[in-house]
Amino acid sequence: MTAPTPTTDPTPPAARGIPSGVRAVLRNRLALAAMAVLAAMALAGLFAPLVAPHDPNAQDLLARLRPPAWLDGGAPGHLLGTDQLGRDLLSRLVYGARVSLLVGLSAALLAGVIGAVVGLVSGFLGGWPDRVLMRLADIQLAFPSILLALAIVGFVGSGLWTVILVLGGTGWVAYARVVRSEVLSLRTRDFVTEARAIGAGDLAIMRRHLLPNVMAPLATIGTLQVAAAIVAEASLSYLGLGVPKEIVTWGAMLSDGQLYLGTSWWIAVFPGLALMCTALAINVTGDVLRDVADPKAYRR
Amino acid sequence: MTLLELRGLRKEYGGRIGQAATVAVDGVSLAVAEGETLALVGESGSGKTTLVRLLLRLTEPTAGQVLFDGGDLAGLTPARLRAVRREMQVVLQDPYSSMNPRMRVTDIVAEPLVTHDPAVRGRARRPGLRERVGGLLEAVGLPAAVQDRYPHEFSGGQRQRISIARALALEPRLLVLDEPTSALDVSVQAQVLDLLAELQRRRGLTYVFVSHNLAVVRAVADRVAVMRHGRIVEIGPAAQVFDAPGHAYTRALLDAVPDPDPRRARRRKAG
Ligand SMILES: Nc1ncnc2c1ncn2[C@@H]1O[C@H](COP(=O)(O)OP(=O)(O)OP(=O)(O)O)[C@@H](O)[C@H]1O
Ligand SMILES: [Mg+2]
Repeated sequence: MTAPTPTTDPTPPAARGIPSGVRAVLRNRLALAAMAVLAAMALAGLFAPLVAPHDPNAQDLLARLRPPAWLDGGAPGHLLGTDQLGRDLLSRLVYGARVSLLVGLSAALLAGVIGAVVGLVSGFLGGWPDRVLMRLADIQLAFPSILLALAIVGFVGSGLWTVILVLGGTGWVAYARVVRSEVLSLRTRDFVTEARAIGAGDLAIMRRHLLPNVMAPLATIGTLQVAAAIVAEASLSYLGLGVPKEIVTWGAMLSDGQLYLGTSWWIAVFPGLALMCTALAINVTGDVLRDVADPKAYRR
Repeated sequence: MTLLELRGLRKEYGGRIGQAATVAVDGVSLAVAEGETLALVGESGSGKTTLVRLLLRLTEPTAGQVLFDGGDLAGLTPARLRAVRREMQVVLQDPYSSMNPRMRVTDIVAEPLVTHDPAVRGRARRPGLRERVGGLLEAVGLPAAVQDRYPHEFSGGQRQRISIARALALEPRLLVLDEPTSALDVSVQAQVLDLLAELQRRRGLTYVFVSHNLAVVRAVADRVAVMRHGRIVEIGPAAQVFDAPGHAYTRALLDAVPDPDPRRARRRKAG
């Protein structure tokens, strides 16, 4: 082999290699950062009692509306400052991470299970089960889920598990649609035909052949749904319809803080930042997950 | 003795209001004797795969009957149909899409066993199952140790062998092969055909063998059925169909392919 001459190959190999290489590294750096943020959140939430410097609900009326420690008037004991009742913001954020992640993961998981079952049945069986289920999905989509959540929470009453059930029960459509379309193409593949020829039943085919082949897209949507559920929980709590007051959530903190935005911005800004970073980190992780799950897209 | 009989099979696709239906299979009747190899030939789109799907009951016929070992497959309860499926297995055309990419070879080959014999399921039975799968792989000329690999780690010919191993797992009486060698190169094709011939000698298997490769058909078939537009235009002993084709379409088919055996080509031209 000789080196390519400029006349036969206008792009030298090096110039062709670098951009995609840089992009790959950049992607991975971003992914690493995102995963680090998530790991930190998860650890903080998991070990909240050890990490938090104060009881998140302990009021200190002598230290109300203290700014973060690095600003004038900040107290060294309250790194991110205090709220209108003198509660330590850092501690509340840490405990809030717990609720956010629990709600996000559980709701996304519940929605994923429902969506996977609906998508599998709908795509594989076709016919009237498909028509009924997809009509249900249309209805579900046409109805803003936050509105539905509001109605149900208003009716049943608020509570951590109510919120999880409501968000999980309304988030399945995205999964169901993607699983269904994957299944529609999978079911005509020869390995499914052969399984049927062997005498495998519908359930066995769905479990053995279809489900393992839709796990990658399921996981990708799952990450998006975790982020969406965290934001939705925050919205509900912001509206006062999420979880009870004693449980600290980022949404409730945001709602507390908005009254003081003009004077004590930190009360609302820190939970807002935490929410944004978490949602962003999850989405970036999901992107990378999708690229890895689809080798063709990854190499491009 | 007749193992498989088709009576007036017909399959239409589509045909909603305002649309003419496509007739993929149009009144096919034939019988396959136990232990023989019947080849099904015909141009692309002539209905071969549709006929295969009908005789395996993977598609419901629009009209007509499929009789296996004298019993009509229509109207069987799901449990009875499963019992019949034990006896007729299939190897499909494309070795690349006929295996679940996320299953290991052990599970691929063991699928028929696990499906029909719940007793072999479960972790405790695993060693016995591995042994059986190993034996099946060796029967098709693959080392038993390949069980732990995934389909993408094999060549087309190896996959085809794995497909055959799976099809043989339940010791069926009828094996339907839809273009089993079309994705293979010539030397591998010859190996697979030798394997099939040997299995037939040893176990008295009956083959329905779909192909548009007439050289392959010549090598394996006892009888040949020629399909065109969903109908069987000619059926008879292989030697007769090849050397003295009775239908103009068969002659056209034969002339369209170069004959790999120059002696016979000369004979055919002469005769
Ligand atoms: N599911 C289907 N829906 C509609 N039409 C179909 C369907 N399957 C097959 N056909 C039509 O039936 C006819 C026969 O198709 P079939 O696949 O049986 O041909 P074939 O002989 O196996 O061809 P090949 O040699 O290319 O595999 C074709 O015209 C095809 O378009
Ligand atoms: Mg075909």
